[in-house]
Amino acid sequence: MQSRQGIRGDSDPNESAVLTATADPSDAPASQILEPQPAVLDGGGQDWQLSGALTVRYVSAVAADLPRASGTLDLSGLTRLDTAGAYLLHRHAERLHMRGAQADHAALLERVAASIPEPPEQTARNWSLSQLLEGIGRMVVSGGSFLQEITGMLGLFLARLGQIARHPGQLPMTALVHHADQVGWRAVPIVSLMSFLIGVVLAFQGAVQLRQFGAEIFVVDLIAISILRELGILLTAIIVAGRTASSFTAAIGSMKMREEIDAMRTLAIDPAMVLFVPRILALLITLPILGAVANFMGLLGGALMSWIELGVSPAVFLARLLAETGTNHVMVGFIKAPVFALIIGVIGCHAGMQVRGNAESLGAQTSAAVVRAIFAVIVADALFSVFFAMMDI
Amino acid sequence: MSQDVVIKLRGIRNAFGPHTVHENLDLDVYRGEVLGVVGGSGSGKSVLLRCIAGLRPPQAGTIEIFGQDALNCTEAARLEIDQRMGVMFQDGALFSSLTVRENVEVPLRTIDGLDAGLRRDLADLKIAMSGLPYKAGDNYPSELSGGMRKRAGLARALALDPEIVFLDEPTAGLDPIGASAFDELIKGLSRAMGLTVFLVTHDLDTLHATCDRIAVLADKRVKYTGTMEEMLKIDHPWVHEYFHGPRARAAIATKEKAQ
Repeated sequence: MQSRQGIRGDSDPNESAVLTATADPSDAPASQILEPQPAVLDGGGQDWQLSGALTVRYVSAVAADLPRASGTLDLSGLTRLDTAGAYLLHRHAERLHMRGAQADHAALLERVAASIPEPPEQTARNWSLSQLLEGIGRMVVSGGSFLQEITGMLGLFLARLGQIARHPGQLPMTALVHHADQVGWRAVPIVSLMSFLIGVVLAFQGAVQLRQFGAEIFVVDLIAISILRELGILLTAIIVAGRTASSFTAAIGSMKMREEIDAMRTLAIDPAMVLFVPRILALLITLPILGAVANFMGLLGGALMSWIELGVSPAVFLARLLAETGTNHVMVGFIKAPVFALIIGVIGCHAGMQVRGNAESLGAQTSAAVVRAIFAVIVADALFSVFFAMMDI
Repeated sequence: MSQDVVIKLRGIRNAFGPHTVHENLDLDVYRGEVLGVVGGSGSGKSVLLRCIAGLRPPQAGTIEIFGQDALNCTEAARLEIDQRMGVMFQDGALFSSLTVRENVEVPLRTIDGLDAGLRRDLADLKIAMSGLPYKAGDNYPSELSGGMRKRAGLARALALDPEIVFLDEPTAGLDPIGASAFDELIKGLSRAMGLTVFLVTHDLDTLHATCDRIAVLADKRVKYTGTMEEMLKIDHPWVHEYFHGPRARAAIATKEKAQ
């Protein structure tokens, strides 16, 4: 039995490889099969030999070497040949005359030659102005159809609400309670903490500025108006968009992925009634409550900081709050809550329905839902601000 | 055929909690053969496949692959063994974020010094050898039918020209035409590439068409091994029912007609 080392270069590779090839594999120790001799190209002029194992591991070296060869190539020294090696030989089959391949190697060469794929003609795609325009056009159209779909989803939800108003028994009560717990109750700690800290920051920053004018007491107005009118609801909606839109998309999307929604349709169960209505309705109910919690905690944080930093006692803070801050600020805040809830719920459910058969699209839609929901909430808030300013409220 | 044993299982025991799947299981797989593994639902065919493929170590017993102890060896040695085996999972288990061609290129990337052009050509070749059209290489797995995904899974399993391939239910969920085309493919590739095939299946037509030898899993071990003709003579109740049931008779009839 030949040893593995000391063959390449010094002795005749052809001879040693033939030894291995003729040896009965059944009495060869397994470790020898594990590490075959890499293929070597040898010869000169019009007479070349290839010996050793021409497998995918060693094919690169031979690929670089093989263009040197010309004339005939003797394959009888090959100990192993796999499809990668056979492919390489096939590439040079027209140029070189190959002979002496063992029967199984010849069969493999034939098989590979028969299955070489023929790539279809590549149509050259050149960049042009019309392609740029086409791209923009496609984006506009997909944006338009997105708005249409979102409107459709909102309409579907409202239609189902109307149906429930006529037949109250159809309301999926258990699911509604479950989702109210998930999106409302479980969001209370994070919303409270965030809002409390915002109140603290406002009082602290306001104090620094207002103290310069000796107008410390106005910190109450600053905190009350900014929290009640804008920040309480807006920041709550942003947090809820982050945690709820994503969970709606993920839940509905994974059901879509596994064809559960199609199964519902075939069982005459309305996915809109079972999946969308309880989720969006739960948001519609709980978001104003969360907003109220945020308002309260924001004022609490502001009052606490005013007391510590400016010496405005809680009693004075409360008196000033009740006397000077009109209820219209609270109304302006709360009127936005249901709109934000609808935006978040509809975008979350819509993105879930856009999920296609793979996990990648589930991930993409989930993150897209969050980005869209937050963006839409901020745009809506800006529109509200403009509207209320024009109405002088 | 030389009786060179490439996989040698001795005294394998697999259990999930109190539920024992395999007890004292022995099995030899010979080089170059197509071995069909059959057994009732829950008899642990797939568990056995995962066990040999190194995905689930057995609770007891020894596994020798290419004459090497596959359970108590260095990680490098195990990697060496893994590179010489390929597994085709039931639904292909393709990476969904990669195209079919990129999927087939994944194992080729582990080879040092293989340039990108050659790698791509080899991937295309494997895709073609698995019977997929050239254009399928650019598709993502989700855009393919179940049968095409199986072929793509086979192309990836064969990317490194393994010596052993494991096929888990290769024809499950395929229509009869697609299934017999797949049988032909397995048979043809195993001959051309000198593959040893470990095939888990329920499909009697596949057993008839492709397998040199059949191993029956029953009573928590490999109860019988032998050719199809030998299986037909066994009078164990489950084996008899399996190979003589109405479906089996239909498969035999098909085979006789083909001859």
